Amino acid sequence: MIETRGLRKSFRSRAGRETKTVDAVRGVNLQVAEGEIFGFLGPNGAGKTTTLRMLATLIEPDGGEATIAGADLRKDPAEVRRRIGYVPQGGSTWDESTAREELVLHARMYGIGKADAQQRAARALAAFQLTEYADRKCKTYSGGQRRRVEIALGIIHEPKIVFLDEPTTGLDPQSRAHMWDEIRRLRNDGMTVFITTHYLDEADALCDRIAIMDNGEVVAEGTPAELKREISGDVVLVGLDLAATPQAAQALDGEAYVNKLETADEGGLRLYVDEGATAIPQVLRRLDHAGLELRSIELHRPSLDDVFLTKTGRSLRES
Amino acid sequence: MKFARDTWLIFQRQIQLLLRNPVWVFVGVFQPVMYLLLFAPLLKPALNAPTQAAAYKIFVPGLLVLLAIFGGLFQGFGLIAELRAGVIERSRVTPISRLALLLGRSLRDVVSLIVQAVIITLLALLFDLRVFIGDLLLAYLMLALIALMTSAVSYGVALKVKSEDALAPLMNTVAQPVLLLSGILLPLTFAPGWLQGIADWNPFSWAVDGTRALFAGDLGSDKVWQGLTITAVLAALGVFWAARQFARSVR
Ligand SMILES: Nc1ncnc2c1ncn2[C@@H]1O[C@H](COP(=O)(O)OP(=O)(O)OP(=O)(O)O)[C@@H](O)[C@H]1O
Ligand SMILES: [Mg+2]
Repeated sequence: MIETRGLRKSFRSRAGRETKTVDAVRGVNLQVAEGEIFGFLGPNGAGKTTTLRMLATLIEPDGGEATIAGADLRKDPAEVRRRIGYVPQGGSTWDESTAREELVLHARMYGIGKADAQQRAARALAAFQLTEYADRKCKTYSGGQRRRVEIALGIIHEPKIVFLDEPTTGLDPQSRAHMWDEIRRLRNDGMTVFITTHYLDEADALCDRIAIMDNGEVVAEGTPAELKREISGDVVLVGLDLAATPQAAQALDGEAYVNKLETADEGGLRLYVDEGATAIPQVLRRLDHAGLELRSIELHRPSLDDVFLTKTGRSLRES
Repeated sequence: MKFARDTWLIFQRQIQLLLRNPVWVFVGVFQPVMYLLLFAPLLKPALNAPTQAAAYKIFVPGLLVLLAIFGGLFQGFGLIAELRAGVIERSRVTPISRLALLLGRSLRDVVSLIVQAVIITLLALLFDLRVFIGDLLLAYLMLALIALMTSAVSYGVALKVKSEDALAPLMNTVAQPVLLLSGILLPLTFAPGWLQGIADWNPFSWAVDGTRALFAGDLGSDKVWQGLTITAVLAALGVFWAARQFARSVR
């Protein structure tokens, strides 16, 4: 659906007398498949918005190419525009208009006729549970309502792909959960959704695949599960009495699924395994077989933050 | 035709928003009305005009051109608010014509200017100003071209500077000398030669002369076609340039 090769953009900005060049995006290669929710995860200033703005034809790349829904970004930006929707990070509604007016206008900007545009607006308002406020001015909406209007605007013309720049930033947990449901609904309707986020849990729970971006570059790409597995696999923490620990270590050391085994000083074992979910039953069976009693068993899976940490040397939470 | 439809779409939307808050049309007309009521009466003796009506024939066209220049030049502020709200960016991701994004807005400015011009003209009628309707319509055409040009330029500059703080001094710096050198408030017939020499390079000076000729009923005067031609060419250039700004990247 989206394929980019070496997409680059730098900005020149003047600070006093000096001109500084910021390499906002330094050669991004991405592949986004049809019908997936693709997440772009990265800290502030990573270049997420800049990449999205290039893909949405708002700024011209300094270099590189991209094909979006079959249209060439450089050769045919007009066709790209017809096939995509874009919801900017900073809002896109006018205070003095109502949601309905905005939706009808936006549909008509895509060349849709008036009657059709009105029907689409009514459908979108219903789908996003906005009908109640539809004829109130946008300035009276809450942050969450406004965000829903903006997303409805982005998809009013039923694009093949929609780009959502930080769709849930600033929303309370409940509105965020609703927004996730709405984004999943778009995907289930067959749309490809490209979102940016700097929430780890959002990338993890919502996205089918993600790319981690830092400092203008994609440092990792894959499904959340793949990325985490790539890091270290899972860790199974086996709680044992101090006395039972050496025996247990002996019993488990030779098992094929255990990549590495560590003994904790206060008793218990740390097992590094590829897949915790399948390792645990085997661990249980083995220990039971050896007649050892275990106190607890715990699965620790690496988080996306661990992924970010290994790829960049920094934690996303800190940056 | 897509372009005409797109322009109409933007124009309609802008007019709708304007009508929701029509007070701005009247705020805009307030200052010229004050000039008309409080400043113009001083003119008959100053201009050595035989009657009050004759003084108005000289003063009102200048006032209308002034209104067209200033009304247009400050429209950029509204656009900066739209930029900030993300409305422009939202429009630019759609396939709508970039020229339509500009022209729809500028035409709204032209319409609101014409409404203001009609208000001023009607008031002036109370002071015995008499103009032949055909001449008046041509004068309105001249005003429309001026407003089209100044508002387009203002939008283009707004897209370039992107901040009110930069736009305000810029527009003032441009407007003041243009205003003083166009003989808007008083004809430059009294001016010393060097001043007239400079004014010849000021397109608005030609526009004012042309409008005055029309108000004087002097349709055949060269000044009429000269003024119309100059303003039409400048309006076309202004629109062309500003539409390019809409097409280029803006943040
Ligand atoms: N118009 C511009 N002029 C100059 N520098 C810019 C411009 N736009 C972006 N930048 C710079 O490019 C870099 C990347 O910015 P970008 O907005 O793409 O980051 P982001 O990943 O979207 O961050 P955030 O999570 O804060 O939205 C930043 O250093 C930013 O300051
Ligand atoms: Mg951003």
